[in-house]
Amino acid sequence: MSGIILEGEGVIKRSPTQEKKLQRFFKKYGWGYAFILPSVLVFAIFTLIPAVWALLISFQHYNFVWDGQWVGFKNYVNAFTFGDGVFGQAIKNTLYYTVITVTANILIALVLAGLLQRCNKFWRTFFLAAYYLPAVTSAVIIAISWRWIYNSEFGLLNYVIGLLHIGAVRWLSDPNIVLNSIVLSTVLTVPATGVVLFNAAMGGIPTELYEAAKIDGASYIRQWWKITLPLIKPTTLYLAVLYTIYSFQVFDKVFVMVPTGVSDNAQFIVTQIFQNGFESFYYGIAAAQAFILFLMIASVAFVQFRLLRSDVEY
Amino acid sequence: MALRLAAAATTRKKRTRKPVPWGIWIALIITGAISLWPLYWLFVTAVTPTLFTLKTPPDILPFHFSLSNFQRLFHQAIYYWNWVGNSTIVALSITIFHIFFDTLAGYSFAKKKFPGRTIIFWVLIATMMVPTYVTMIPLYVVAHNLQILNTLWALILPGMASVFGIFLMRQYIQTLPTELLEAARIDGCNEWQVFWRVVLPLCKPAIGALAIFTFVQHWNDFFWPLIALVNPATYTLTVGVAGLQGEFATDYGIIFAGAALAALPMIIFFFIFQRSFLEGVRMGALKG
Repeated sequence: MSGIILEGEGVIKRSPTQEKKLQRFFKKYGWGYAFILPSVLVFAIFTLIPAVWALLISFQHYNFVWDGQWVGFKNYVNAFTFGDGVFGQAIKNTLYYTVITVTANILIALVLAGLLQRCNKFWRTFFLAAYYLPAVTSAVIIAISWRWIYNSEFGLLNYVIGLLHIGAVRWLSDPNIVLNSIVLSTVLTVPATGVVLFNAAMGGIPTELYEAAKIDGASYIRQWWKITLPLIKPTTLYLAVLYTIYSFQVFDKVFVMVPTGVSDNAQFIVTQIFQNGFESFYYGIAAAQAFILFLMIASVAFVQFRLLRSDVEY
Repeated sequence: MALRLAAAATTRKKRTRKPVPWGIWIALIITGAISLWPLYWLFVTAVTPTLFTLKTPPDILPFHFSLSNFQRLFHQAIYYWNWVGNSTIVALSITIFHIFFDTLAGYSFAKKKFPGRTIIFWVLIATMMVPTYVTMIPLYVVAHNLQILNTLWALILPGMASVFGIFLMRQYIQTLPTELLEAARIDGCNEWQVFWRVVLPLCKPAIGALAIFTFVQHWNDFFWPLIALVNPATYTLTVGVAGLQGEFATDYGIIFAGAALAALPMIIFFFIFQRSFLEGVRMGALKG
């Protein structure tokens, strides 16, 4: 109520020229603001405010019930000591998963895109589609299939290694193997985005370069090493960062393949955030862990920024 | 653009004149098969009665084809069609709002001048860096306070705009000639009509790619729906299907029938819009 009166007073006090100025301002810029308003509102409410709020929560005591008590960096310390230090193990697992899958993804994408360059347009599109199809299917559904392939009694994989006279492996329930099983399922999924982007980048390299190299007597491998690789470096860097950021956040497939967690070896950063935040309701600790994830992602993005900048004049 | 395409076409011809070696075909086919195997296996298991899936050696082809798993699925997973409906409603309404708001904001950022434009734009771009998991806890509290938890609104409202979409549309609209908009204004269009009748129709190609990706992304969304929805009747398809594993732990037939049926719409969708998909990946629109 008081707000309305104040507003009224303001209008009365405003001189006619001021009012006109305001009118002119809105006439000139009003549409510009009006058009971004819906998006800005959605962001403010569902991203910006929650992000700032999350930062605050990570410094507060907040277990299920909020009491607004500031605890400094206690949540960040607890994030690592909580539950016998599972989170440290989770970070280790996540880094292990990231290093192997990102390296494999980049290499596989590079080789496949290179091979596709030799095909004609029809077959290239055909194989790109075959690689891309699993990527449009939900990770949850693909993971259900992998869980079945890994089934220790009736799974396909144990049947296949049985043919080679290797005994059955408990892929998802043996604590020593489960992490590698999860890594393997990602490695064996063709990195479709990588193949598509590398393929586009390689298609953009002028043929003259290769022809000149051929005249100079450079072998195929040498051409690849001296021309193709340096020229697609920006794409490689972009994909490496993209895949690193995704791998840091692996969750869906883990949640489906090992729902009960099996052991600390099947814990990842986001599965920890999920368990602490939404199963145990230790919001403060989960928020701190989410910010640790954010710092990891931000530093990767920062490194990319630096590398890209030094790379501008290739 | 046309020139570059023509150039690409000639280089392609030159490169493929030589026959492709057998080794390359074999490598491509094997990787293609590995890539598609989990999906294929999903469908094979879905149409094989559980009796025949629990044996060794497993049937590599569906020798015992039957739809009995699907019958049991519809009989026992009573909410399955609710999930299909929910996923459709969520993905469709997010796509519509998303496209509309993104284009509107993208247009404003590209062609309108107003104080604070650059700052607001960069603040939005900066939010792209924040991983969704950071905002989840407060988002949960916000949704709780708005009393939209456990309803589809909890999924639709936060998804209504995306920085990436705004960025994409802004880049696209910047390439449209400003004279065209001026001409429309001279012809008596007001600002809204300029947007609705001139800008929006001209954006069709970009909107097409963005719409497809938005739809797929939100159809496949998992983490937030998993948290925001508690009542099985409000689940989306991904959450529901993941839950089948717990509910029918030993009845693999039902789990696979449910998963296969959930995968089908996106597979069909992909084949219809295949070209736009691969084009969209090149624009940087999707993960995978």
